[in-house]
Amino acid sequence: MNLTLHVWRQKGPQDKGKLETYPAKGVSEDQSFLEMLDDVNEELIKSGKDPIAFDHDCREGICGMCSQVINGKPHGGQERTTVCQLHMREFNDGDELFIEPWRARAFPIHKDLIVDRTALEMVMQAGGYTSCHTGGVADGNALLIPKPVADYAMDAAECIGCGACVASCPNSSAMLYTSAKVSQLAVLPQGKGEAKARVKEMTDAMQNEGFGNCTNHYECQEACPKGISVKFIAKLNREYMKSMA
Amino acid sequence: MHLITSTVGRKLLMAVSGLMLVGFITVHLMGNLSVFAGADAINIYAEKLHSLGPLVWVFRLAMLGLFAVHIGFGIQLSMENRRANPESYAIKQKLKTTFAAESMLYTGLVLLAFLIYHLLHFTVQITNPEISAHQLPLDAAMRLDVFSMVVMSFQKVFIALVYIVAMCALFLHLSHGLSSWVQTLGWNNGESQDKVVLIGRLVAVVFGLAYIAIPFLILVRFVK
Ligand code: HEM
Ligand code: FES
Repeated sequence: MNLTLHVWRQKGPQDKGKLETYPAKGVSEDQSFLEMLDDVNEELIKSGKDPIAFDHDCREGICGMCSQVINGKPHGGQERTTVCQLHMREFNDGDELFIEPWRARAFPIHKDLIVDRTALEMVMQAGGYTSCHTGGVADGNALLIPKPVADYAMDAAECIGCGACVASCPNSSAMLYTSAKVSQLAVLPQGKGEAKARVKEMTDAMQNEGFGNCTNHYECQEACPKGISVKFIAKLNREYMKSMA
Repeated sequence: MHLITSTVGRKLLMAVSGLMLVGFITVHLMGNLSVFAGADAINIYAEKLHSLGPLVWVFRLAMLGLFAVHIGFGIQLSMENRRANPESYAIKQKLKTTFAAESMLYTGLVLLAFLIYHLLHFTVQITNPEISAHQLPLDAAMRLDVFSMVVMSFQKVFIALVYIVAMCALFLHLSHGLSSWVQTLGWNNGESQDKVVLIGRLVAVVFGLAYIAIPFLILVRFVK
């Protein structure tokens, strides 16, 4: 199939940037979205042009590097799918696609579709850790964690930190990301010790990094390629109230 | 105090103040609906309120505080959100949010403007002095004739329209607010989410219809 791409091109952080139009010819429906872009880049390189810069790493939906807003939806909008796992069979011959980077003040654009997501790491650094003894390997059953609790923590831990929640949020808030980290650690015994300080430190860091405030639009949950629920935001709010007590 | 600087803390204050404002508009609505029970009902109600004396002022000050918290943080948080999201996408699709959720600041500001007008109209009574309760003759039981003031006001198309438009804004504000607070106070789990949103919207419809009914039914001379 043949497609028309409107891709955000921006030389560097200071550049104004604009959408440019490229044809994508002879696209196979078995290709992933990134493979399609690889082919477009081959053509650009052959004709002496600068290839489209985009982030990617694992290409199997687990690293959270690929980050593109396709036709107004982060990761293209297919349920629980990252851009690297999005396949061209989702599109039709003749389609026009708009491909843009995550947009948020906290995510400055490096180049084209690549944004700097250090801000998410700063939120993590502020409280996404537990202090525990290392040393000898603990006995496997020394610390009992009920299955529902482990499942709950695992659901939160599914977050791959891609930033789609921020990209979709009208306020550019990182609340879904922050809440997933806070909730995951808050329910596990290892994380309880620092729970009170953590929720304050991580939400303060979120604010200081320039993310907005959550106003419960729930766009993030729909955009999340891992299906992280906004119930974790409610959990974060509860954790915050507990920390005030 | 962490509460008044925190992103979550300020949301909590908005939710609690918003909820108390909902408490106010509930009681206020019940009082207002007495207009449908005839002149005596609302005139007795108004007289009773005024007889509370200093309590009325305690109540007014509390309301002022609530509005200050709710509006102050509302504007501050909204400005921060605007700053956090400076550049727009060439194409952006809504996934879940609504017009009501996106326009909370604007419907809020409409309500603020309305509130000022409403106080000048029915409390201070300077916008239409010729039909104010202080100018109109007392009713048969020698009470201020609030009923006539209300009816004569809403028989004027302009005043009725101002109220109807403002109450549409209230409906929109509540259709997001009445579920948003549940999430902000952390009372949601995964399963409750969509149900809470639905219930919030239904209750907002009830508030909207009831509040719009008062000026509307008087305007069309259903009540006179
Ligand atoms: C009758 C008066 C009002 C009532 C009953 C009311 C009620 C509410 C409620 C229940 C919320 C939800 C709080 C939460 O998200 O947890 C809310 C949010 C909000 N209100 Fe009001 N409000 C009123 C007036 C105003 C006014 C005058 C403004 C003026 C700026 C305003 C601005 C906002 C804003 C910006 C939000 C936050 C939106 C969000 O979180 O999505 N409100 N209101
Ligand atoms: S490249 Fe790793 S998630 Fe897409």
